[in-house]
Amino acid sequence: MKRVEAIIRDEKLSGAKEALKALGVAGMTVTEVKGHGTQKGVTEVYRGRQYSVDLLAKIKIEAVVDDNDVKKVTDAICEVARTGSIGDGKIFISNIEDCIRIRTGESGAKAI
Amino acid sequence: MRKFSYISILMMVFMVVASQTGWADEATLDTGDNAWILTSSALVLLMTPGLAFFYGGMCSVKNINNMIMMVFLCMAIISVQWVFWGYTLSFGTDHGSFIGGLGMAGLRGITPDSLSGTLSEYTFVAFQATFAIITLGLILGAVEGRMRFSACMLFIPLWATACYDPVCHWVWGGGWCGNMGILDFAGGTVVHINSAAAALALCLFLGKRKKSNIRPPANVPMIALGAGLLWFGWFGFNAGSELAADGRAAFAWVITNTAAATAAFTWIVCEWIHRGKPTLLGMASGAVAGLVCITPAAGFVGPLGAVQMGIMAGVGCYFACVKMKAAIGYDDALDVVGVHGVGGTIGAFATGLYCTKFVTGPDGVDGLFIGWSAEGFNQLGLQCVGFLATWAYAFAVTCIICFIVKYTTGLRTTEEAEDKGLDLALHAEAAYHFETESTGTLK
Repeated sequence: MKRVEAIIRDEKLSGAKEALKALGVAGMTVTEVKGHGTQKGVTEVYRGRQYSVDLLAKIKIEAVVDDNDVKKVTDAICEVARTGSIGDGKIFISNIEDCIRIRTGESGAKAI
Repeated sequence: MRKFSYISILMMVFMVVASQTGWADEATLDTGDNAWILTSSALVLLMTPGLAFFYGGMCSVKNINNMIMMVFLCMAIISVQWVFWGYTLSFGTDHGSFIGGLGMAGLRGITPDSLSGTLSEYTFVAFQATFAIITLGLILGAVEGRMRFSACMLFIPLWATACYDPVCHWVWGGGWCGNMGILDFAGGTVVHINSAAAALALCLFLGKRKKSNIRPPANVPMIALGAGLLWFGWFGFNAGSELAADGRAAFAWVITNTAAATAAFTWIVCEWIHRGKPTLLGMASGAVAGLVCITPAAGFVGPLGAVQMGIMAGVGCYFACVKMKAAIGYDDALDVVGVHGVGGTIGAFATGLYCTKFVTGPDGVDGLFIGWSAEGFNQLGLQCVGFLATWAYAFAVTCIICFIVKYTTGLRTTEEAEDKGLDLALHAEAAYHFETESTGTLK
């Protein structure tokens, strides 16, 4: 099992949800987050005064998927979330030792 | 039928006798004028909550309640001060061309039947009260995030008494400015330059905010709402200052709108060229700058003059806010000096350039750009005397008041309160709550 953690633009959330649903990904956790990457934020101007906003609003989608599904899930997210401009986000993949469904007590791939 | 004829003849005889004895010249209440100025009073009063929203939106999110509350506090304090001694100091019997006497303190001697021209005197009292209120409100935009609330409560009545009331008397109450012929139709000098000079003194006394406490505006749509209310109320401010429901009031209405629109457009063009993008805050600021600039001139200049003044206000106030403030280095948080000081000064000066007998009739003056005459040059000089005297007097008196307040209530809040934000530190009341159900319970 792998955890796919995608940080994307907030306006890309609905497209990403649709894509994951089409792939049969059963569950996901979505969080509103703030941060920056190489872009280092944006500059806003109010009455000629510049304010540097270095923590930008992003959406984090977390989904735990079977090892075999990682490639198609990440490809789908990349395809939906890519604009070609700086600030499209990143995807992190990490190992998950186990997963337990609280209602039934099932564990492993069956519980995802 | 015969009875009706007798009555008609008697009335005609009475009118002839009355006109020959001078009875017909006695002032009488004009219900149309009275209704318009009462309406204008309500319009101008609405500008103060509008100003509170305008300033509140520009504050950092942790000081928004404090800023709105300070502006509303002016309404609470000045409404009472005006009735007890503000009105009589401004419009009472003249003393040395400087200040009115105390003969009408507590509105003594003014009955519901008393007249001021064709208005009920109470209508005039109400209308002028709204000007005093908003002038105090304008000043407080300079002090965001660092003035004690107790200091504000002391500063407001002191400044109104020592600064607003005398300057109002100079210009409109029978004082030296009005007697010399200095033109200020609706308050470019009395309201805008007066408040901006005070704001400059106050922010110099308070000192700068910490850099970490300088934040982007809390709510830009709220700024636009405030600017909209100001624009709306300004028709009462300027067209109401004719003190009659006549053609010149309508003229002032159109001139006011023309200048505001031109300045709003000019400001965003400046922004677009200078910073690359036009902004909503810029458009709102430009509109207010145009309204400020046309205020002294609304009943004196023609449409072309209004357009040129709007352009001057848009360019002048934009660069005052963006460049002048940074160059001089004072921390005028919401640009009271840049918009009201510079806009008001441009307006007072340009009144001497563009005022025209076409609007005022033969009793008026043609400005320098209208007639290129000695009369116009003289008027321009008078206008300069008016605004320079007001800048100097208001700045000096405000410095004295700041000393008094500093050594009584104290002027500046603690550093801890500034960091925490004045909404929580001084009022225990946050502007916004975005909490979920699990983050707190109401006791």
